[in-house]
Amino acid sequence: MQGITKTFPGVVANDNVTLKVKEGEILALLGENGAGKSTLMSILFGAYSADSGTIRIHGKEVEIKNPNIATELKIGMVHQHFQLVQNYSVTENIVLGREPVNKWKVLDIPSAEKRVSQLIEQYGLRVDPKALIEDITVGMQQRVEILKVLYRNANIIIFDEPTAVLTPQEIDELMEIIRRLKTEGKTIVLITHKLKEIKAVADRCTVLRRGKVVDTVDVASVTEQQLAEMMVGRSVKFELDKSPCKIGTAVLRVQNVFINDIQGNPKVHDLSFEVHEGEILGIAGVDGNGQSELFYGLTGLCPVVSGKIILSGVDITNMSIRERIEQGLGHVPEDRQKHGLVSDFSISENCAIKNYYLPPLTKRFGLLDFPLMKKNAQTLIKQFDIRAGEGADTPAGSLSGGNQQKVIVAREISLSPKVLLVAQPTRGLDVGAIEYIRKRILDEREKGRAILLVSFELDEIMNLCDRIATISKGSIVGTYKQGEVTEREIGLMMAGSKKGDAQ
Amino acid sequence: MSRNKQNRLVSGGSRLLESDAVVSVLVVILGFLVGTLLVALVGRKPSNMYKAIFQAFSGYNIDNGKMNVRYIGETLNYSVPYILCGLSMGFAERVGLFNIGGEGQYIMGMTVAQVFALLGPQIPVFQWVACIVLAIVVGAIWGGIVGVLKAKYEVSEVVSTIMLNYISLYLSRIICFQLPGATTYKTANFPPTASLSNSFFQRITNDSTLNNGLFMMVLAVLVFWFVMEKTRLGYGMRATGFNKEAARASGIPVVKSITISMAISGAFAGLAGGIVALGSFKYGRIISGMDNYGFDGIAVALVGNCTAGGTMIAGFLFGLLKNAQALMQSKQIPKEITYIIQGLIVVFIALRSGLKLYQEWLEKKRLQKEVAIK
Amino acid sequence: MSTFFGVVPSILMIVAPILITAIGGMICEKSGVVNIALEGLMSIGACTAAATQTLLEASKMTSGLSLFTALLLGSLLGGLFSLIHAVASINLNADQTISGTGINLLATGVTIFASQILFNADRTKEFKMGMQTDALGIYPTAYIAIVVVILSWFILYKLPFGMHLRACGEHPSAAESVGINVRKIRYIAVLTSGVLAGLAGGCCVLTQTIQYTSNTINGRGFIALAAVSFGRWTPLGVTGAALLFGTAQAFAIVANNFPALRVLPTELFNILPYVVTLVALVLFSGKNYAPRASGKPYVKGAS
Repeated sequence: MQGITKTFPGVVANDNVTLKVKEGEILALLGENGAGKSTLMSILFGAYSADSGTIRIHGKEVEIKNPNIATELKIGMVHQHFQLVQNYSVTENIVLGREPVNKWKVLDIPSAEKRVSQLIEQYGLRVDPKALIEDITVGMQQRVEILKVLYRNANIIIFDEPTAVLTPQEIDELMEIIRRLKTEGKTIVLITHKLKEIKAVADRCTVLRRGKVVDTVDVASVTEQQLAEMMVGRSVKFELDKSPCKIGTAVLRVQNVFINDIQGNPKVHDLSFEVHEGEILGIAGVDGNGQSELFYGLTGLCPVVSGKIILSGVDITNMSIRERIEQGLGHVPEDRQKHGLVSDFSISENCAIKNYYLPPLTKRFGLLDFPLMKKNAQTLIKQFDIRAGEGADTPAGSLSGGNQQKVIVAREISLSPKVLLVAQPTRGLDVGAIEYIRKRILDEREKGRAILLVSFELDEIMNLCDRIATISKGSIVGTYKQGEVTEREIGLMMAGSKKGDAQ
Repeated sequence: MSRNKQNRLVSGGSRLLESDAVVSVLVVILGFLVGTLLVALVGRKPSNMYKAIFQAFSGYNIDNGKMNVRYIGETLNYSVPYILCGLSMGFAERVGLFNIGGEGQYIMGMTVAQVFALLGPQIPVFQWVACIVLAIVVGAIWGGIVGVLKAKYEVSEVVSTIMLNYISLYLSRIICFQLPGATTYKTANFPPTASLSNSFFQRITNDSTLNNGLFMMVLAVLVFWFVMEKTRLGYGMRATGFNKEAARASGIPVVKSITISMAISGAFAGLAGGIVALGSFKYGRIISGMDNYGFDGIAVALVGNCTAGGTMIAGFLFGLLKNAQALMQSKQIPKEITYIIQGLIVVFIALRSGLKLYQEWLEKKRLQKEVAIK
Repeated sequence: MSTFFGVVPSILMIVAPILITAIGGMICEKSGVVNIALEGLMSIGACTAAATQTLLEASKMTSGLSLFTALLLGSLLGGLFSLIHAVASINLNADQTISGTGINLLATGVTIFASQILFNADRTKEFKMGMQTDALGIYPTAYIAIVVVILSWFILYKLPFGMHLRACGEHPSAAESVGINVRKIRYIAVLTSGVLAGLAGGCCVLTQTIQYTSNTINGRGFIALAAVSFGRWTPLGVTGAALLFGTAQAFAIVANNFPALRVLPTELFNILPYVVTLVALVLFSGKNYAPRASGKPYVKGAS
């Protein structure tokens, strides 16, 4: 790919990027969130078309206008957000768009299943061809994505952030699968920001920063530290300064809690734990093991089937969401677009969303004090260094991910909650924002706040938390103090009771 | 033109399109243009259409030079239910609901007003005030039902409102047939204590049907604006309308907000029904079809951008068109042209998001040029 | 009992247009586009068919041919008007509810406007003979409806095209990523719903009355819409729902056969189908069965 440039409204995603991939190698594409890696590969896969630049395969120039052409050129993409139809079976998803038909042009699913079974055997990607996507695990879904690509005889396979949703064990399995694909003669491009994986499996690595190529290196000849610095553009601190733990009384008590998801499936089984003042309790686990439902149950977004939640001695189990907020429950939600902010509201309106109905923001007759709202917001903007074009009047939707998260964190902290529930605080943020948010969380811990942290990033949990609880299938498997347990052990616990995950 | 000037015109034009008010005006003009074309296409004279509209607006008949102020009064009078039904739809839209049940809420308000006018105590002032209040309350209940169905049972308000519209139509007939003096289409006359007529208005507009409803409409507009923009109730509703889940997660009582909003929305439409029943007619009507103010209210709200002021202006426009209908018919223009224009306006407004795509395309081109220059 | 079986043809007569429209609506929604303009599209079809039949009768064309032409034109014009919704929703990412409502309003105006121009009245001129029933007393529209249902089932579940269409409504970016042209398929789906609604409108007017007025469709399009959701977006479910709602609607006509019911005001029976629909929606809110991507404009490369 040579001289590729691609713009979107408001941003130059790829700026004159040149990328060379050798046949049969594994090339890693490294960059932080927003560096342009996915865009570049989407152009290769035909999902987007470049504004300028050329693509050559085996020396021949090609024009990839849509995924069909890419597929004919034997390019395949395993997407980060799986492109799978939930209520279709594994086979139907794999053959979608290339369905085999019998002589009357009618769908021939049985012969599709046969071909899929052949591929499963050949590449060792264990999954049930007849199962529905909505019924299988995330790891298995990823294998379906890979099978889709292999069914179409792809020779160049692009993996887009494949390990974001996997347990450490599944990550190891994936690395094995990638190595196996290489021995079968495939060329692999691995998009990732995880340095460990690059070191584990890649031959060479191209680093992107803000849409431009920084350099291409031999993976064997660089350290992780060097890669990180190329990715970010300055020296990066890996370790956080953390003062010793000063734990106070238990602020949040969760006792024997059972929670179902919206479909009524039980997701949290008999969970019990405590969070104390001045400590960060982390819940480590792979997405889908009940963490989301746990937070929904704690905040009130979802009812608790049985059990108790006690906040500073008050039973909040059956209280409304607003009552819990009034009792001192703070929440930095995992989905900031869905639960954290109203994009059409300004920053000042968003900052007031949890207490607008109380004095002093509400005056007589239910009238709102908008000037006061704005002043409060301006204070927070200064305190938290939030970059916003129009100050407190900026619509929240136009802020960058990092600034949006800062608004949410600022708002929650400003309400001085007794306990702060934090979910995926640094998801989708660039390194600068990640550092800032983590530091603020530690600051709150210094002040004596009780913090419950849920994260899929294992190193985040290991670095920030004083105590770590591992969750699997809705139950806590073990609770340890920081330093008592290694990442590998946690990984084992996270995957331990997942018996359905066939090897 | 130099390149710079071209660029500035384009970006200035694009920024102008961002203004919702400008888009509304453009859409109305477009609707009229197409309507004019259609009239010409079927061999009638578009100028007659505009002459009729002008006459309805000013009272001045271009053809014979005569002036009759009554037309102005009637235009204003017709505006009242349009504006109110527009407020009804607009209020619900701000909470994220599509209330096309204004028709049914209107009918219920109208029916209750008629009932109390004929059966209630004939005490001066008290009677018509009570009629209006009841109309508002019943409209609120009819709207509240929709809100509860949506908030608790996730029933689409699009379908439930239509069903309730038809139910209200037949219910109204059943009830009104029981009223004193009922024939196939009307009841006995209302007592004077139930009338909304205003002698001052009658004098200055040459005996038009303009009545006290005008004041109520203005009050309603103010209430709409005040509640929506200035109170905490409105804040909660707007948050719910923009992002229901975020509002819920932040503690805003979403079910309550939706129900209250639909009730207020229904109240506006019910008020419209009461005003039309007692202000424009001397007797109760046993309706066989819908007046359509409720449906037209949809277009009014959309053109008025679901704001108080915009709805008032849009409602006046529609009142004008309605008043011009009879005049148009007499000049060989089928009165349905006004419905066609309204329908076109709504469709064009739906295309408003297409404008956003155009803007994004412009922005992309601009960025590409910048990069190329570098 | 003889009176019960006597009412079956009447029920079928009323169910047929609702079912045909509902199948069209189902196909449209399964591709990801919500079409609430079914009411207006049925009106367009009905008006066109009534006007065509009247005019062709006057020109002494044979009844079979004129009826066929009437239905054909009704379907075509229904499809033509649905094009507006297609362009708005698919190309311009318009709010599908607003666009659909606009078309409903437009249809109200256009149909009566056309009647005014053609017949100088608020309604079409009566035609002398509509469709005739067969030996069993059943109108051909019932058979048309059955064919439509079976065809839709076959195409949706047995042909690759159907698999593509359903994918567009569940996960359009997944469909796009395997090379399916989501836009094209959605266009076809919307146009199909327009054609079917137009056909149904024509069936309605040619079997149940003698002319088109503003009261001819009277909410049937919306009842069809409710049938789609109540029937959980499957051909069998939608058929069952349409039967239920149509039976409720048939009651008003059929009530005359039962002396005990004749004393009640007709309005009570008129209300019945709408109340039944409402109650059905409340009791069986099937929101979870809707195609996952239904109603959301598909923006390329959004994810």
